[in-house]
Amino acid sequence: MKDASYLYLSVAVMALVTYLIRMIPLAAFRKKIKSRFLLDFLYYVPYAVLSAMTIPAVFYSGNYIISAAAGVLVACVLAFFERGLLTVAVCACAGVFLTELVMQLAGFV
Amino acid sequence: MKDKNTKPDETAERYFTGFKDGLPIALGYFSVSFTFGITAVSMGLPPLAAVLISMTNLTSAGQLAGVSIIAAGGGFIEMAMAQLIINLRYALMSLSLSQKLNGRYNLLHRIISAFGITDEIFAVASGKSGEIDKKYMYGLITLPYIFWAAGTAAGAFLGEILPEGIKSALGIAIYGMFIAIVIPPSKKSRGVLFTAVLAAVLSCVIYYVPLFDGISSGISVIICTVIAAALAAILFPRKTEEAEQ
Repeated sequence: MKDASYLYLSVAVMALVTYLIRMIPLAAFRKKIKSRFLLDFLYYVPYAVLSAMTIPAVFYSGNYIISAAAGVLVACVLAFFERGLLTVAVCACAGVFLTELVMQLAGFV
Repeated sequence: MKDKNTKPDETAERYFTGFKDGLPIALGYFSVSFTFGITAVSMGLPPLAAVLISMTNLTSAGQLAGVSIIAAGGGFIEMAMAQLIINLRYALMSLSLSQKLNGRYNLLHRIISAFGITDEIFAVASGKSGEIDKKYMYGLITLPYIFWAAGTAAGAFLGEILPEGIKSALGIAIYGMFIAIVIPPSKKSRGVLFTAVLAAVLSCVIYYVPLFDGISSGISVIICTVIAAALAAILFPRKTEEAEQ
């Protein structure tokens, strides 16, 4: 890293670019889109984004792939039974933590 | 700033509905930004700079890429390009959300509230049936914003004292939330199921096949999203009444 002015200018560039990406489409598209294809495309976008961001990255989110996989399993089961966002997230963390604890106690790691 | 045609208590209620919907996002964010704070400081940034980044950016992948660039002394053009590519998905989300805002959501409020569009805030807002009003949106953004900054501060200042096992377990929190958003609608809509599975498969192909090694994670998300959502829109067009929601 260089000096403080470099640091804060970099942060300003980051913030400005990120904000404009969010702001321009929201401010520019005041009219309702008529195209059925475009509407359906935009409807499916969030699910595609979240799925692509999660897999395979989630398996590398902790110390071990095995413990992360256990967390994913917990999250999938709870999400399938439509538990809330927080419940699923917290139980996934607990799943990872307990799996790593068992792995340590069993002498695998 | 009150709406002329609504009673103040109604306005407060809509704000509070959003506020409550933001709580699970906020708690997920706390753990994720906590890990961001730890990472930023470990890369040599001052803790306050890490907090400033979180307060002005509000995005996980972009911030992580940003601090890596700063730590390496990268140029401003490189920084701008990286943020553009990694965060371009927000343009798709803003475009999608622009179709759901109600008639009273004017330009000023669009300009202000656009700052708060993240993957999760977008997912919760777009998952809500009917149109979105600005009070709900501001309510929804409130807690995630505060917790994102607070978590970064906690991680930046206290991260080193946390046991390794806890840090490892916290890493999955944000993904747990993503899974909870995607799976329930996948049970009801074959189009959503198709989108999620195809995006995951494409993402794995880009990640594991050596030919695609040059593709960064930000670009990968864009490629997977455009292909999966476009194919789903062609193969699983929604009926008119579904689309009205």
